[in-house]
Amino acid sequence: MQARDELFAHLPEDVVLHRPLDLPAGVSEYEIVEYFKARAAENATWPSFLGAGVYRHFRPVVVDTVASRGEFLTSYTPYQAEIAQGTLTTIFEFQTMICQLTGMDVANASMYDGSTAVPEAAMMAARVTGRHRILAARTVHPEYREVLRTYARNQGMPVEEFGYDPKSGGIDLADLESRLNRETAAVIIQSPNFFGIVEQVNAAAELAHKFGALLIFVFAEAVSLGLLEPPASADIVVGELQSFAISPSYGGPFAGIVAAREKFLRQMPGRLVGQSVDTHGNRAFCLTLSTREQHIRREKATSNICTNQALIALMATVFMTLYGKEGLRELAVQNLSKAHYLARKLQPRFSGPYFNEFVAVPNVPVEEVNRQLIDRKIIGGLPLDRFYPELAGSMLLCATEMSKRDDMDAVITVFQA
Amino acid sequence: MIRKVRKHIVQNEPLIFERSSPGKNGCQLPALDVPLVDPAAALGAQNVRGEIEGFPEVSEVDVIRHFTRLSTWNYAIDLGMYPLGSCTMKYNPRVNELVARLEGLAWAHPYQPEALSQGALRIMQRLAGALLEITGMDAITLQPAAGAHGELTGILLVRALLESRGNPRKKILIPDSAHGTNPATAAIAGYAVENIRSNDQGLIDLEALCKSVTDDVAALMVTNPNTLGVFEENIVKAVEILHAKGALVYMDGANMNALVGIARPGDFGIDVMHLNLHKTFSTPHGGGGPGGGPVAVKQILEPFLPIPCLKSSGDSLTLDYDRPQSIGKVRAFYGNFGVLVRALAYILAHGGDGLRNATVDAVMNANYIRHKLAPYFDLPYPRPNMHEVVFSDDFQSKLGVRTGDIAKRLIDYGFHPYTVSFPLIVHGALMIEPTETESKQELDLFIEAMIDICGEIEKTPELVTQAPHDVRTTRVDEVAAARKPVLRWKP
Repeated sequence: MQARDELFAHLPEDVVLHRPLDLPAGVSEYEIVEYFKARAAENATWPSFLGAGVYRHFRPVVVDTVASRGEFLTSYTPYQAEIAQGTLTTIFEFQTMICQLTGMDVANASMYDGSTAVPEAAMMAARVTGRHRILAARTVHPEYREVLRTYARNQGMPVEEFGYDPKSGGIDLADLESRLNRETAAVIIQSPNFFGIVEQVNAAAELAHKFGALLIFVFAEAVSLGLLEPPASADIVVGELQSFAISPSYGGPFAGIVAAREKFLRQMPGRLVGQSVDTHGNRAFCLTLSTREQHIRREKATSNICTNQALIALMATVFMTLYGKEGLRELAVQNLSKAHYLARKLQPRFSGPYFNEFVAVPNVPVEEVNRQLIDRKIIGGLPLDRFYPELAGSMLLCATEMSKRDDMDAVITVFQA
Repeated sequence: MIRKVRKHIVQNEPLIFERSSPGKNGCQLPALDVPLVDPAAALGAQNVRGEIEGFPEVSEVDVIRHFTRLSTWNYAIDLGMYPLGSCTMKYNPRVNELVARLEGLAWAHPYQPEALSQGALRIMQRLAGALLEITGMDAITLQPAAGAHGELTGILLVRALLESRGNPRKKILIPDSAHGTNPATAAIAGYAVENIRSNDQGLIDLEALCKSVTDDVAALMVTNPNTLGVFEENIVKAVEILHAKGALVYMDGANMNALVGIARPGDFGIDVMHLNLHKTFSTPHGGGGPGGGPVAVKQILEPFLPIPCLKSSGDSLTLDYDRPQSIGKVRAFYGNFGVLVRALAYILAHGGDGLRNATVDAVMNANYIRHKLAPYFDLPYPRPNMHEVVFSDDFQSKLGVRTGDIAKRLIDYGFHPYTVSFPLIVHGALMIEPTETESKQELDLFIEAMIDICGEIEKTPELVTQAPHDVRTTRVDEVAAARKPVLRWKP
């Protein structure tokens, strides 16, 4: 065997780093914990009324108990099915639960997050229809639309947006209809939309289908699926699962999903787990239909995605299992009740039905409201002018099962000052 | 003789749906402190769903038993060596898990005011600084969620720069040894792919490269060390060829575990590269994600980085969205922050010297395996290797046993298989990456297993071709799974 110094002797002289890395010396576990505790203390941990795609829901203890098991945490993508049945079985259960929740026939093993799932669905719709034009509602999460534009730009996939009804806060169906044509591959709507409003999904689907386009349904608040009619009239459903026991964690890691009707299966992006048998005839699972994927198809693949979000999807699976059929509905009803308690005193700006988020207009500037709430160690809502200049003076507020009545009363007081 | 494992009882477990009984529930909500709202009244009856058909109904202990039993059907780094080539399956320190769950970090909302998020922003800044020192690059975005996502970001940056110069060009050159994500990424970024052949040493063929680099070429995507585990020693010349024609060089950082502290891509001319935080920087693979794929660039590409970028403003940090040349956003918010926390914890624990030592140990381990297994397996490209070694099944396939069979037999010996049949330029590849995590004891067990299997191939090849044997699940019929896809449980 070579000595340590000889290991790199073959490297050309001009590529080798001839000095130590300019980084501090390594530290102990104790010091690492101290460093991150100090950083954590610089972030506020107060009650908050922010939603807008990232929601504060209680995380049942069992979620981390399961996700911390080394067998799940420290395993790789389950290519070797014989010693990955744990991961494969949980993904199969995950795919099933996503189908049950969304009313779709098939679901994949997860995507990076909701925002990246949207362009993946748009590209899927383009492959299915052979068309390229995408129509996205302005009520879809603004950051999802930004990510869609980044991906679409080089796909020859023009993205056009259609508006919302200034009264209801839901999509403007007339505007949608006027923009639809025979080149439209897909219409993208989100429900509840960015303003928290429950959209007219069936009406949008009917219009899209009239022109031969697909309807892509997006959800950002997964808890709403416990209560709202599943989007059975949609062709592709994509969404963000952060609400299912995933910490806000300053924006990630989260997990997205793509679900669809069975006939579009071959155009799905991402990993899929299927049921099979082993040589003894026992039920067993494995990754399947991989001829869609980059490691086989290379430049002709349905997506370049390689990693999914297996551990995050596992957390969501444990969450769905714990709450179950009744619990998820109860959780959703609590969210609905809290948001309506807060909203009834604040007069929502839009008249459409809302779930756990709504837009309100305070008597004083929104910055002033949030400043006064910070004095009370409460984080207020999201000022909307950042994404919707025409809604300056409005803020988006969210209440969940974790919002306490006292804190909501404080918001109401400041709002009405 | 199989020394690492012996049989033990494994629990059976049905699917969670088959465990359900009506009315069971594993989670209790607090009492509602506001009036209960009637969903039909608030949302309209037509918007309210009926029950979620088939959804689980189980108790908390059912949940714990179910997932604990399933977990025991997995192999994991925590159980032993995981020699998947190009995957860098190293130990995942548990302190990283603890700090990522601190309340101030785990519960920070991405839209909370910047003044109340300084801790999160400082973590991102410190990680960015460390990664720039490690790579020798000038600027970085932490936004991409994984390696392939980083590749896409990097190629979009290349396109944006070339567009700003008047012509985005048409083609990306990709060596035939590359990961499949590279060509798939180029296609999504709107480029045609031209594969370039490796020479008989398994390296970029400079002559062929020269011919391929025309005015239509936007960039070369190169993995270094390449997927043979061999350092592309002509990299500086390759970069010169591309630069001379106004094209750029992208480096896939999947194999960065071979270079940290030894050589820096920025110093050997790379323009843009991604890092896999879930490989080199020890964040857990979690059965296939989440990952992290920061993209580091030279100054010329800095104006195009995704928004927002971190910016110092006096004593505090802000997020800068006012970047008119930016390619936009590749992901909502700021990336997989929780993964960034873990990666920084790993870097702090090691320090500069520790990171270099990890690289040396990883390369040492791969060379040890090569040295010990070279008498038994064909080594198609005998150049010095770095952090991984690629054999072929040339000797064994003459006896009717393929790389995939040997891989399955390793399972009986208590190891996860190596990477099978990749890179494609090696016929019947066995791609082995031990990482610095493994001790000599574990490496010796692995080597002994591989040598024992060679003996079995000569005496009782069916023992290998029908493996694994001593497992809960024997070979899974993947053909049947694909022919008639069953992708969800039904009652």
